[in-house]
Amino acid sequence: MFAELNELLDASPQRPETGKFTLLRDTRTDGSFLVHHFLSFYLRAGCKVCFVALLQSFSHYNIIAQKLGVSLTAAKERGQLVFLEGLKSCLDLLFGEEEEQSGQPSPLQFIREVSASNLKALFDFVRTSLTPTGSDSWKSPVLLVDDLSVLLSLGATPVAVLDFIHYCRVAVCSQLKLGAHCCLVLLFQGNIVVLVHSNEDSEDEENELVVNSLCHHSDLILWVEGLATGFCKDVHGQIKIIRRLSLELAAEQDRVQIYQYKIQDKNVTFFARGLSAAVL
Amino acid sequence: LVFTEEDKYGLYSNLLFKYFLAEGVVCGHDLFVASAKEHPDNILKELPAPLLDDIYRSELGEETAAVKTEDFQDSMKIAWRYQNLPKMEASPTTSTKFGHYYDVSKTMSPELFQSIKWHSFYLPEELSLQPKMKTCNMNSAYTRLLQSIQRIIYQEGFDGSDPQKKKKNILRIGIQSLGSVLWGDDICSSDTPEDIHSLTKFLYVLRGLLRKSLSACIITVPTHLIQNKAIMERVTNLSDTVVGLESFIGSERETNPLYKDYHGLVHVHQIPRLNSLICDVSDTKDLAFRLKRKLFTIE
Repeated sequence: MFAELNELLDASPQRPETGKFTLLRDTRTDGSFLVHHFLSFYLRAGCKVCFVALLQSFSHYNIIAQKLGVSLTAAKERGQLVFLEGLKSCLDLLFGEEEEQSGQPSPLQFIREVSASNLKALFDFVRTSLTPTGSDSWKSPVLLVDDLSVLLSLGATPVAVLDFIHYCRVAVCSQLKLGAHCCLVLLFQGNIVVLVHSNEDSEDEENELVVNSLCHHSDLILWVEGLATGFCKDVHGQIKIIRRLSLELAAEQDRVQIYQYKIQDKNVTFFARGLSAAVL
Repeated sequence: LVFTEEDKYGLYSNLLFKYFLAEGVVCGHDLFVASAKEHPDNILKELPAPLLDDIYRSELGEETAAVKTEDFQDSMKIAWRYQNLPKMEASPTTSTKFGHYYDVSKTMSPELFQSIKWHSFYLPEELSLQPKMKTCNMNSAYTRLLQSIQRIIYQEGFDGSDPQKKKKNILRIGIQSLGSVLWGDDICSSDTPEDIHSLTKFLYVLRGLLRKSLSACIITVPTHLIQNKAIMERVTNLSDTVVGLESFIGSERETNPLYKDYHGLVHVHQIPRLNSLICDVSDTKDLAFRLKRKLFTIE
């Protein structure tokens, strides 16, 4: 995780927030460094993490996580991390032997359908992964998705994708249970972090629909953009941190902060606009 | 996964395609060539001949004598690494070179092919076979192609699944003009294609195959024909490297004095960020190419 980003977000692995939906959005650049940040952050915080990694291999995330001081292999072994490697899962689905799994449909089952109107198998996978078992001692569950836009490329409809997120929110962010004496007990409030791509003047209407809808329902939006002036060696882009205070309190306005950043081998530094170290 | 946007007539992207394959032959890699319009045997007969060091130096001497003094201060680098343009005074040595040089006026001699193994996929010859891959509502040509690639990767041991067949070699896959009508896809012929997911599903599965094996792939796509830009955005996200070639043929740039020494522009749309937070971005972003009698160069 990146210490400077934690400062900007006023976040700490010692006291992770709960019940939050964070949207990571990138435009004209690669925002995946934020995914690596949150992955290592929540693992350090002791949360149980379900990572739906659709675009890269496990070893890619593992190598980077190690640079950030976290071992994904170890996290998997101790049951803290459930990792869905989308690319591998897709190959197993299409080239695998018949009925290898014990009757459980593949999470990416929808790829085989003519018109994928629901992502139920994927949701079931997430729910099962994050339901606490008796021996679990992890803190709140976390769902991390990299990246959601890929689901559209694989044939899911925008409505199916939004439904999937909605179901996940209900299951992960606010799980109610009928406790003793028939009172509803708030079991655990987990967090969801999702990455989507978006381009300005994008002609991908389905993607824009998903992104805009998610923006409306997010508690926190981290919007990473490439510089409008083009490539620069010392400033790799700009990050807009949008706290959706308007969701919590009717009269509140969203709080927006803008910083610039530079990505290094093991860290990302953030600074106020125009105050990159190269300039000062 | 290197995604190349074809120039309008496919001349230069075809050249890049052949360079990729030629480099494979010279490095001793296995090749897999797929095409729906040209038989792979013919493609392989037209690979450029590699230049050996001493021949190269004299060739370069000829070429540079004819060229006006240009500014070579920054080391020029292109995203698809197979060629480095050296500074004028130094000549490259094999130990520091990455990639090889080719003479496009000569074709590669058949002897060079003897040492490597190559596989081909020519769509018209593959239509009779039944794919064993499970259906996923994908265009049948793509399905067959994926089936074929997967079979070679598995049988030749590029995925390391069979410890006895484990290979330490690389499979270079080249797919020509993907998405064109010849592959049975209508994204190039209609702005509301019937099946907008076939190409992206294909790329996703291909990406999976590449990630789990020792292989690299170049595909060329006639993007100038694709009306639906949403597909192009999705394809870009699914590829690692995206390079576009824009030739000046028939465009107004042909007569622009700024470009008079060049045949077209190279647009590097995306480069990969793999296994690392950082990526290898070059300082030079405005690149143009030219095809001289013997050399294809990017500056």
